[in-house]
Amino acid sequence: MNNRTQEITVGTMDAAKLLAIRSFTRKNSTLGFNRDKLVETILMLNAAIFILAIAAISLFILIRGLPLIFKVGITDFLLQLEWNPTAGSFGIGTMLAGTLAVTLTALLWAVPMGLATSIFMVELAPPRIGTLMGSLVELLAGIPSVVYGFFGLIVIIPFIRNYLGGSGLSVLAGAIVLGVMILPTIINISRDAIAAVPLDYKVGSLALGASHYQSIRRVILPAARSGIITAIILGMGRAIGETMAVVMVTGNSTIIPHSILSPTRTMTSNIVLEMGYASGDHQAALFATGVVLFIFIVILNLVVNLTLKAGKNYGAN
Amino acid sequence: MEYVKRRRLTSFVLLGLLLLIAGLVAGCGRQEVADKMDGQQLRGTITVAGSTSVQPFSDVLAEEFMKTHPGVQIDIQGGGSSQGIQATVSGAADIGASSRELKPKEKSQGLVETTIALDGIAIIVNPSNSVNDITLDDLRNVYLGNIKNWKELGGKDSPITVVCREAGSGTRGAFEELIMNKQNVSNQVIIQNSTGAVKTTVAGYEKAIGFVSMAGIDQDVKILKFDGVEPSVANVKNGSYKMSRPFIYLTKGEAQGLTKAFIDFVLSDKGQALMQEEGAITVK
Repeated sequence: MNNRTQEITVGTMDAAKLLAIRSFTRKNSTLGFNRDKLVETILMLNAAIFILAIAAISLFILIRGLPLIFKVGITDFLLQLEWNPTAGSFGIGTMLAGTLAVTLTALLWAVPMGLATSIFMVELAPPRIGTLMGSLVELLAGIPSVVYGFFGLIVIIPFIRNYLGGSGLSVLAGAIVLGVMILPTIINISRDAIAAVPLDYKVGSLALGASHYQSIRRVILPAARSGIITAIILGMGRAIGETMAVVMVTGNSTIIPHSILSPTRTMTSNIVLEMGYASGDHQAALFATGVVLFIFIVILNLVVNLTLKAGKNYGAN
Repeated sequence: MEYVKRRRLTSFVLLGLLLLIAGLVAGCGRQEVADKMDGQQLRGTITVAGSTSVQPFSDVLAEEFMKTHPGVQIDIQGGGSSQGIQATVSGAADIGASSRELKPKEKSQGLVETTIALDGIAIIVNPSNSVNDITLDDLRNVYLGNIKNWKELGGKDSPITVVCREAGSGTRGAFEELIMNKQNVSNQVIIQNSTGAVKTTVAGYEKAIGFVSMAGIDQDVKILKFDGVEPSVANVKNGSYKMSRPFIYLTKGEAQGLTKAFIDFVLSDKGQALMQEEGAITVK
């Protein structure tokens, strides 16, 4: 509560300041009209370069990848289980399965844990502890992925090998490492969503005689729903796109994982594993894998936008 | 208001400090280069790119060469044999490093090959493994997925975890050519994409088997005899150890100037001795 009121006052102060600055620049602009124009042009130029860069990268990936997809056939490329690029068989079916297996297993534990943590941080923790946890989450987000991978290799894999069996290089190892990596995304976004629920909702619910837990479950979480779904989908996007840590711990066999302890290969791993030595059609096949990933991420982003829009219509924020 | 102001001030100070440090570091770097430029006759920069198996040798050779020729800067990049070959063709690299024989299509692009050393491929297992020897047929069957238990190779009754390099790797290419007899490696195998990763996996797991460049061997893994032959420098040179491959430097057309000077140095007694120290097998 304290946190929230503080935020509001800081917010209004910033707004007041902004107004002051604006009126100041307005006064100035009558003297130096051209300087304003210049700044505007520079800003626009930067934005244009940014858009051009995105367009160029997307176009490049498509140009390098699409011809191979059409050559192999879309369904064959996506569903064939045989990946032997140096011998001319290009099917990424096993990697689609691998990506889904690792990502979903990671979400399975990271979503409940992330959500519980964010509820705790906003609703239950004393403000000071909440802030401290916020910094810890930020720290978690700042650790490079190769470090997570290394940790997985040295700690998690021997653990799985000794207590659960198999070689340890497995879907499970990937899911554990990935889960930790997407926790910050899930916690940060769902925490913001929960904190943004108007105080009136909670106060009203408590006034009607609901307990704190009932208010969280029946009022606050439903009101923050669109933000929480966004958090999950963005976490999923991060999990699908993550590469370095996954390559190090999943074993990278091109098979459909038959259990949580079986090794597997994700689409991102496929690209980073083989790009060093790939040439010709093999290289094109890696770009084609990139195209599939690209489309996956675009779809996820669209879903995020739609949920956010739906959330607004729902009247939560 | 006061709080916000102070925070802004702090961040400005921090940013300033950061820039200052960055500037200092950059400045130092430039200083060093400038010093080197005052050296002897040979000067300039060349880039060596390609096989990660050759990279450690190129590093050592370049370091020594730059020591005797302070005006020279040699940049060593990895990327893999295929990338090295492409970079040489495109002119992005002055020298391409390959740890496999060139394919006919690659040969037709006007590249000149210089074999700078030989390398043996060693079959490695965990030091705790009781198996000492493996035959060609058994090895092939292990990688085909037909032999699945160490018992069949005279070891303990436990499943074999097969570790292999990724498709396209020079080491894997050589291994397939020498062992697999045109059959595909089983898709059940664990794939690791560097010599170090294969070694780490085998060193950490008593049921694993893998293959790496002989130069990359250390105490953490146990080397198997192959068809009864010890993988030693002498045995690779005299041809009795069958699993070997060349390390090749490529240039677009005949090497000239600085590039030629460097390759000559690599082939000199001193260069070859350096490579031998690092574990490669000299060509002479």
